Amino acid sequence: MEQSTLNFIFIGISFAIYIGIAFKSRASSTKEYYTAGGGVSPLANGMATAADWMSAATFISMAGSLAIGGYDGSRFLMGWTGGFVLLTVLMVPYLRKFGKATVPDFIGDRYYSKLARGVAVVCAIFICMTYIMGQMRGVGVVFSQLFGIGIPAGVIIGAAIVFFYAGMGGMKGITYTQVAQYCVMAFAYTIPAIYIAIALTDNFIPQLGLIGDYVVGGEHVPFLDKLNAINAELGFAHYTSGSISKVDMFFITAALMCGTAGLPHVIVRFFTVKDVLAVRKSACWTLAFIAVIYLTAPTIGAFSRVNLIEKLHQTSYVDAPKWFKEFESTGQMAWVDKNDDGIIQYYGPAESDTNSNDVFDGKAPVYPADGSGADVLFGKHQERLLANKEAKNPNPNELWFGNDIMVMANPHMAGLPPWVIALLMAGCIAAALSTAAGLLLVLSTSISHDLMKKIIKPDLSDKEEVAYARVAALVSLIVASYFGINPPSAFIAKTVAFAFGLAASSFFPTLLLGIFAKRMSREGAIAGMICGIGFTLGYIVYFQFMGGTKEQYLFGISPEGIGTLGMLINFATAFLVNTVSPPPPRYVQKMVENIHIPSGAGKASEH
Amino acid sequence: MSSSNALKHRKACLYITLAILAVWFLVSLGCSILFREWMDQNMPHVGNAPFGFWMAQQGSIICFVSLLITYAVLMYRLDSKYGYIDFLPDSIDSVDSKD
Repeated sequence: MEQSTLNFIFIGISFAIYIGIAFKSRASSTKEYYTAGGGVSPLANGMATAADWMSAATFISMAGSLAIGGYDGSRFLMGWTGGFVLLTVLMVPYLRKFGKATVPDFIGDRYYSKLARGVAVVCAIFICMTYIMGQMRGVGVVFSQLFGIGIPAGVIIGAAIVFFYAGMGGMKGITYTQVAQYCVMAFAYTIPAIYIAIALTDNFIPQLGLIGDYVVGGEHVPFLDKLNAINAELGFAHYTSGSISKVDMFFITAALMCGTAGLPHVIVRFFTVKDVLAVRKSACWTLAFIAVIYLTAPTIGAFSRVNLIEKLHQTSYVDAPKWFKEFESTGQMAWVDKNDDGIIQYYGPAESDTNSNDVFDGKAPVYPADGSGADVLFGKHQERLLANKEAKNPNPNELWFGNDIMVMANPHMAGLPPWVIALLMAGCIAAALSTAAGLLLVLSTSISHDLMKKIIKPDLSDKEEVAYARVAALVSLIVASYFGINPPSAFIAKTVAFAFGLAASSFFPTLLLGIFAKRMSREGAIAGMICGIGFTLGYIVYFQFMGGTKEQYLFGISPEGIGTLGMLINFATAFLVNTVSPPPPRYVQKMVENIHIPSGAGKASEH
Repeated sequence: MSSSNALKHRKACLYITLAILAVWFLVSLGCSILFREWMDQNMPHVGNAPFGFWMAQQGSIICFVSLLITYAVLMYRLDSKYGYIDFLPDSIDSVDSKD
């Protein structure tokens, strides 16, 4: 059977299951729908939260950045799991006890101020917006692969589906749908890894294969040594040492961790469970389910790196595998025959005097217009020609590929059966859709509920509120799609990392102080949030859009990691302003004392 | 439950939290980033992987999961000791709750 037919069958079946479950659980028990955690076990709830949490960035991009960066990629692994420890011990049990439905709601009440609520809403919008951009890019990558079209068209198709999906209403609340999505994702991620682990290392547990031996073609060497040797031979840094500086690595990882603990759409998930005890249990399950995928990602990254190089480096284009030509036709891989020998060469920065391995000038390939003659479109080996200028720094590298393509290309490279590839497609779509739709829901409610109803127009009717939410969802989807087509950075994972930086510099300190510093005043909190997110956003915009260079980095911290510094600025500003402002009223101080008592948390909020 | 009880509970809870966070920092930012070179050289390899590298890509995540389990167990014990465990009946009226 054709690969594309199989893809559609798998995706069709998975969608039928989601819709079926959604329909059934809605029809049979409205009670479970409203009190999500009340009727659902912490196990199911944890699985659903894990599905919600793992986005296209995790699913598609993380293994790719591990393959390229080796040790450097660990920042995503640790950042996105370690944050859950902070979230669980510092945030959610207390916020759950407080019993409000949204994060701006808590900030508005704790800091007894409409202004604080307003600032929180603006922060939430920026964070969710940046996050959705990354998701739209991911959706685009999947659909472009599925239909064999360019990424822009893929993003637009994806946006239409997400809008429809989120618009079906309350998808997020239907925990069992997400349980099904988690199962699809987990199988789609681990099965290819197991296959490849057996092929490369003769070990059916990928995690053991990674630390085991490489056993292809009579060779018997430690797998990581093999990988290091390959990297060194081609002029890349050793896989196990990485090239990001220690300071930067520290700041990026810390920003991702603290950002996780301040992400509005994750915090909200824990407001729906029964009581404080269930919050802690649910968090355990969530992280355990996330760990299944995160422990597999490094193995996929390492295996696909070996496969990619073994299959493509020093292979003549005419003999190159079929999948390479497919990715070439959708613009996700490209080959420029610099030395005119008809053979694909892949080299790292250390192979040239200029310390660069750019294949061409620019971040992505540009192609000649479709109507051009055949000699402009295709080269003498029938390869696709580019319209990009030659790379500024001369170097021998001829192979370009989008980093986000690694996971999708992985099963092709390993020659896995077509049904595994189809399953992977279904998993990717589940990951991107569940997160994008959930985020869109949080974003539109923070505009309609927190901004319009609670601040601008308190007399808003329910009907108008829903109308505002719809419009907000549509507008944010359009903006997100634009940035999905013109991404602010080369990696989905990096774009998403910016969202975490923003969350780390705004919500994390403010919530933490709100919970643990009884005497923190509204003036301190507001000033802190504004300075923190303002600094972080400014730094990111300057370096990503206004042409700031690496030499200008503050203390050598890249924009990804600046959220940590923004967080420290937030804390410092808050304490400084707090010393000169009046303390909060008595009832607020009482309230803060009360949230530290875990019992009597009240009913779960509705989502 | 008197307010002095609440204070004692809060203090004990703070100790647990700080202990968890100390381990959390050590296994992630500590072993895997700050002291990685030292760990790579002086600690035993895990399989064929240098210790610091393995901690960064696998070990830290395993530790995080164990930390959360430990936290849930310790806090459950603490809450029981101070009588802060809710035994809410799953009543029918939990549907028509607040807005």
